[in-house]
Amino acid sequence: MFENGRFSAKFPRPTLDRRGFLQVIGLSGAGFLIGCSRSGETVTAGGDPDGAAIAEFGPFIRIGSDNAVTVVIKHLDKGQGVTTGLPTIVAEELDAAWTQMRAEFAPADVSLYNNLSWGPIQGTGGSSSVANSWMQLREAAAAARSMLVTAASEKWQVASDEITVSSGVVGHRASGNSATFGDLAARAAGVAPPATLTLKKPQDFSLIGTRLPRLDSPAKTDGSAEFTIDISRPGMVVALVAHPPRFGATVRSFDASQSLEVAGVSDVVEIPRGVAVVADSFWSAKKGRDALTVDWDFSKAENRSSEEIFAHYKELAQGDGLVAHESGDAAASLASAQATVRREFRFPFLAHAAMEPMDCVVEIGDQKCDIWTGSQFQTNDQYVAAEILGIQPEQVEIHTHFAGGSFGRRAVPDSDYVAEAVTIAKAIGGRAPVKLIWTREDDMRAGRYRPMSHHVLEGGVDDSGEVSAWRHKVTMQSFMAGTAFEAMIQNGIDGSSVEGARNLPYAIENMRVELQPAENGVPTLWWRSVGHSHNAFATEAFFDEMAHLAGKDPYEYRRDLLAEHPRYLQVLDLVAKKAGWGDSLGENRGRGIAIHKSYGTIVAEVVDVTLTGNSFTVDKVYCAVDCGIAINPDVVRAQMEGGIGFGLSAALREQVTLENGEVQQTNFNTYRSLRIDEMPDIEVHIVPSNREPSGVGEPGVPPLAPALANALFDASGRRVYRLPIGDQLWS
Amino acid sequence: MKRKINVNGDALEVDVPDDKPLLWVLREDLHLTGAKYGCGIAQCGACTVLLDGSAVRSCVMPVSAVGEQQVTTIEGADGPAAAAVTSAWRDLDVVQCGYCQTGQMMSATALLETNPSPSDQEIDSAMRGNLCRCNTYYRIRAAIHRAADEMEG
Ligand code: FES
Ligand code: FES
Repeated sequence: MFENGRFSAKFPRPTLDRRGFLQVIGLSGAGFLIGCSRSGETVTAGGDPDGAAIAEFGPFIRIGSDNAVTVVIKHLDKGQGVTTGLPTIVAEELDAAWTQMRAEFAPADVSLYNNLSWGPIQGTGGSSSVANSWMQLREAAAAARSMLVTAASEKWQVASDEITVSSGVVGHRASGNSATFGDLAARAAGVAPPATLTLKKPQDFSLIGTRLPRLDSPAKTDGSAEFTIDISRPGMVVALVAHPPRFGATVRSFDASQSLEVAGVSDVVEIPRGVAVVADSFWSAKKGRDALTVDWDFSKAENRSSEEIFAHYKELAQGDGLVAHESGDAAASLASAQATVRREFRFPFLAHAAMEPMDCVVEIGDQKCDIWTGSQFQTNDQYVAAEILGIQPEQVEIHTHFAGGSFGRRAVPDSDYVAEAVTIAKAIGGRAPVKLIWTREDDMRAGRYRPMSHHVLEGGVDDSGEVSAWRHKVTMQSFMAGTAFEAMIQNGIDGSSVEGARNLPYAIENMRVELQPAENGVPTLWWRSVGHSHNAFATEAFFDEMAHLAGKDPYEYRRDLLAEHPRYLQVLDLVAKKAGWGDSLGENRGRGIAIHKSYGTIVAEVVDVTLTGNSFTVDKVYCAVDCGIAINPDVVRAQMEGGIGFGLSAALREQVTLENGEVQQTNFNTYRSLRIDEMPDIEVHIVPSNREPSGVGEPGVPPLAPALANALFDASGRRVYRLPIGDQLWS
Repeated sequence: MKRKINVNGDALEVDVPDDKPLLWVLREDLHLTGAKYGCGIAQCGACTVLLDGSAVRSCVMPVSAVGEQQVTTIEGADGPAAAAVTSAWRDLDVVQCGYCQTGQMMSATALLETNPSPSDQEIDSAMRGNLCRCNTYYRIRAAIHRAADEMEG
């Protein structure tokens, strides 16, 4: 689908010469536009009033004559706070006042807005938004600041090095001149961009690292924030789709006569993914779909139950896997160990179940198509839509909107729900704009789950009492196989499947990590923290058991085996200190610890539990995080809190199961997500750092479940090898 | 059929089927999109609005059941409890994706209208019906306490 197929998980950041740099931040050539171009969607209230002159400083920064500084956000904000974090970076280098900052989603344009961590694709994921934008936005803002200074120096006829910039005011003390950015913007956009840039030193940051209010809070607390589901276009129709009840089933025939009798229903059309019912409103479309009868062909469907698929995995796990990591000789060390343990772990399919079910608005024009959605893979969505319509990707304009959560669900290699909406719009001849809405039931049963997996862990303690052997075999479906990302699979190994398992930081002499690829008909996808979501559990719960076998305290033993990793130690020590590790908790209580690095960020969590009869409560979670420079510490804390809740929810009860190919869960009554009464008290501590920032959207999730399982062991003496925990400790 | 409903202080005429849920009448016919669709079966609270001051799930309430009662949505929420909730929500930056939050705020407003200083347990039982997949619950609880303090102070 993409010509050069150039995808690499860690696309190296280009080291740029000046020309290259100017191209990257979009200041090459003389094209500084002044005008009112409005291609993206404003995400913050109080944007520039219509008619304010807008000066553009490259593709990321616009300054209005009204003094508003708008940062063009190339990433999707699905709650993780990039519409606050990215403007913070700009405001810092620009020396702007926080109150003048605005955010607006970028249009889809891979030549300007690609994710630098990924290569030629515009998209959001892998907790990479801040990390890949960090230098790009700092440089863009430093250039804009320098141009404002040059403009002031020309205007006031004073030396530019005598000019100061502070809180959005440009001043010259000796002459008494001062001006706002808005006063200078038009002139500044016309001056030559600087030949060299000086970026601030971290110790001079005045906004980064402070608590700044989220820019999206006002709109999200008065009902004005526009999500995809809120979009209305003139003449728009609403479509619901009857999807096959099993993955891979197809339509044999359908009877639309009853549907078409429902008032408001205009069309019933077959599409590759089912049968679409189009109506004047959601309610009519819903009633129309309820009245539809479809005869499904299950001959090519996945007709097994999840239990059968899992039994198959267990069998597969007996064979040799592909070696994802090897150091020393784990087999020999296990054979000569004083004591060994072998455990099997099992993790279920999980739904993303974002609060806003998948939805998309499509309007087809002549040789063009407009798409409104919380797009997480703009480039992908453009290509998929273009292919369906037979037009060029650039002719697909994407209007990215706030997404009501995603957790990975909106970054789909085949753009499933976008493709569905475009297909329906095409099927009705482009007659009207189409809003596709998945009901909760559709969303829950549409697949693209976090893959189920089976893990075998074996460990050995040698005669000196140390863990000397570690063998881990992961059996699961690939995330990338059969998608546009297939090129990322190396030697048969999908790195995402074994991330967090193949690069364990512990000093264990003999380690072997294997991947046993499995296949089935259930479509899967990355789910907040991807491979780390299961590997952190398997490794950190098993490490705890090994520490126990070696007769060591689980925190102290982690310390011992992380001695070569000062960053890990700092995080681990911080959480242990804040939690008062070693203090006695009292009757029926227990405490567990886990640490895990994902997406460059290290998070350690301590979980306290109380046993209550045949159940337990999670009382408190202590969290320490090293994410490099914390751009906005309050957003970092929020992501840790949310990640902890998300991890806890999955650990306690979440699972998608299949019975004869049919998904058993339909809605939030059967897919039981955490509610407020189960939310523990949380303390988040951030390790001070001058390192480049890394992501925070996902890394809070992985350590929670193993820390909880370790706490339950501490309290009850029983270990958890299967998620969700449910009531297995008592049954 | 044509009927009048009272929304945010206005008597508005709509022409919709009797069984159309209030949520979709608000969103599609009255263009008040603050209340959200999350589950359609009274399991998530994203669609919460006030009916004569009490929190209800508008996704399962047929418009024909509204009658003369006053509907209040986030767009029309006012009064001391609503104002305190809004400012607490902003002060603590409760929102993440924000999708559930209008529903959360309406439930919190209804709670504070009847119980101006709720305990943690009272908060939990009043807010249990409002799911948040971003799991902002920790801040929701803190924000309700803060709003209660503000109303008192
Ligand atoms: S949409 Fe009404 S409770 Fe979920
Ligand atoms: S803020 Fe995202 S669901 Fe609550």
